[in-house]
Amino acid sequence: MLLSLNSMRKMLTIITNVLKGSASKNVARVVAARTYADFTAEAAFDVKKCDTHRLDDAPPTKSVLTREDALKYYRTMQVIRRMELKADQLYKQKIIRGFCHLYDGQEACAVGIEAGIKPTDHLITAYRAHGYTYTRGVSVREILAELTGRRGGCAKGKGGSMHMYANNFYGGNGIVGAQVPLGAGVALACKYLGTDQVCVSLYGDGAANQGQIFEAYNMASLWKLPCIFICENNKYAMGTSVERSSASTEYYKRGNFIPGLRVDGMDILCVKEATKYAADLCRAGKGPIVMELQTYRYHGHSMSDPGVSYRTRDEIQEVRSKSDPISLLKDRMLANNMASVEELKEIDVQVRKEIEEAAQFATTDPEPPLEELCNHIFYNDAPLEVRGTLPWAKLKSVS
Amino acid sequence: MALLKSCVRSGRNVFAVILRREFHKTAPALVQVTVRDALTQAMDEELERDERVFLLGEEVAQYDGAYKVSRGLWKKYGDKRIIDTPITEMGFAGIAVGSAMAGLRPICEFMTFNFSMQAIDQIINSAAKTSYMSAGLQSVPIVFRGPNGHSAGVAAQHSQCFAAWYGHCPGLKVLSPWSAEDAKGLLKAAIRDDNPVVFLENELLYGVAFEVSEEAQSKDFVVPIGKAKVERQGTRITLVSHSRYVGHCLDAAAVLAKEGIECEVINLRSIRPLDMETIESSVAKTNHLVTVEGWPQFGVGAEICARIMEGPAFNYLDAPVIRVTGVDIPMPYAKILEDNSVPQIKDIIFSVKKSLNI
Repeated sequence: MLLSLNSMRKMLTIITNVLKGSASKNVARVVAARTYADFTAEAAFDVKKCDTHRLDDAPPTKSVLTREDALKYYRTMQVIRRMELKADQLYKQKIIRGFCHLYDGQEACAVGIEAGIKPTDHLITAYRAHGYTYTRGVSVREILAELTGRRGGCAKGKGGSMHMYANNFYGGNGIVGAQVPLGAGVALACKYLGTDQVCVSLYGDGAANQGQIFEAYNMASLWKLPCIFICENNKYAMGTSVERSSASTEYYKRGNFIPGLRVDGMDILCVKEATKYAADLCRAGKGPIVMELQTYRYHGHSMSDPGVSYRTRDEIQEVRSKSDPISLLKDRMLANNMASVEELKEIDVQVRKEIEEAAQFATTDPEPPLEELCNHIFYNDAPLEVRGTLPWAKLKSVS
Repeated sequence: MALLKSCVRSGRNVFAVILRREFHKTAPALVQVTVRDALTQAMDEELERDERVFLLGEEVAQYDGAYKVSRGLWKKYGDKRIIDTPITEMGFAGIAVGSAMAGLRPICEFMTFNFSMQAIDQIINSAAKTSYMSAGLQSVPIVFRGPNGHSAGVAAQHSQCFAAWYGHCPGLKVLSPWSAEDAKGLLKAAIRDDNPVVFLENELLYGVAFEVSEEAQSKDFVVPIGKAKVERQGTRITLVSHSRYVGHCLDAAAVLAKEGIECEVINLRSIRPLDMETIESSVAKTNHLVTVEGWPQFGVGAEICARIMEGPAFNYLDAPVIRVTGVDIPMPYAKILEDNSVPQIKDIIFSVKKSLNI
């Protein structure tokens, strides 16, 4: 019986997958002989329909993904995952100090949003910012070196975990909720300057009750600002669950007169389609819009929170096994023959290497020089004298 | 009375002295108590004593407090008296002030005083000024408490000291405890006071244990607001500070004592009202003054200098007052930069020698 090429490919995939557990050299050699032309170049995936608020239509329920993009998203999410785990390790070794809020579990949000906007668009978030710092263009090296407080850090060691910046990325902000009006302000600038750029203004379920957010909603709506307000709802604000903090947990509706979308934040394609939809809306002058991404963080609120006094280990494990964003993408890619297991493993190996090298740099780079202590108090200003710890200690500050 | 006076001035525990002199009993039992536990005890005792007292803030109930200062209180007193709030400082500070106006005695916790900036309008305009504006008709018996000042590696937005900001406002009482005894006695006094009190703790002091006298272990132990404490007797120079820096001053004094320089160390305890009398008496004796604090400009040290100059103690000074302060910059993150941004013991020692012209 003649078998179609397609079913032959499918069989080969099935065989490969079944045999992947074994260390059979034969299988590896056979697989290595496959060229990339064997892989699916592009496929359409079903994504969950977003709940809408005051919207007549919704983001598409089918997302087209190319092999190239799939590999890119996979790699980016893995980098964020491994970078955060490395930060966990370095914190426990006391090489990172102070506050450290980790993003593992939420990777699909950062990577999906970045996939839905352009590099010329703007983004601002709160303190769980390492993932966004990376997607907005800062290298792992510079991020880890900032966490370890070295001169090679993206803020020269002066900012730390919560204060990393990049072009069109306004941090990294330590005060809950304060970044949201800032984001609306960035959107104001976009409109004012006549660009077609948008600003993504992120906050969490804990911040969602902040009064200043509602003030920002009002003005953004009044002035039709190209602002995408995004609530990353990971169900817990430090130790307080959403039920205990919010009279309404439908965060996508909290903008009231502002249209809203509720999005599956563990599915990178759903996030991407929703973000693209929101960005198009804003670029057409119909902004602002509110998005709620339903996501989950594996770590506690910060490194000083074990994260199990207010939720069960079972819950965490359940999310890890059923909804892990990286696994979800990986399964899709493999099931549709967009990549091989070995190829993805190779990416994992490369990512681990990249993180190790970055960590090596971050732990060996020297601390900032004392001459740097007073610099950058002001921007683009004449040098000034700064009082030190003693009245006759006159330190120098340049901008 | 004279005995009491001399004991208070010398900073020795009155009851300890009386016991030793007249009863010849065994020395009072001292226990080691951390500042954290002292604060928990103070709140527990006051919650028990007065039904109207309650605690609200972020993570104070089920999480036992972000820094575990309210550990066990929710289990003991329940939802009605220990309330977890959303992360909405302006809102819950306003709610707390309103409840105080209507007869309750709230303890409003800020996870750190950096976040109190979100609520500062309610603290100043709604709480501090109300008794005055109503000509005494409306009281606001509220305590705002939480960690203040710099911690370790928490960077610029989480490291500011608000002593000068709140100390600037009439209508507020502002306290800054150092030892466990300070923490317990002052917090109890603050809760019992019918006025708005800003209670500035320090995160780095929470885990530090101090010896607490038997008297201070009592449920009625209260430290008077507005009175500084002389922690160490001295003759050559006066060192004045509050909170964590009191420890630095004592360490500097220990080093200087080896060189024969006896420093008098004053623990302000109260930023507002400021106990100038204790400082002036000390300066009259030592003729030299060094203050230690956070950011320099318009700070507690500057206020002390101005008042010294305005008062009788000016004529007793043999050298200008020296302020040892933090560097006038936002707090950097990197350890080496952070360490060099805050007053160090060596800075205090250097200032003492400079003042004494040694």
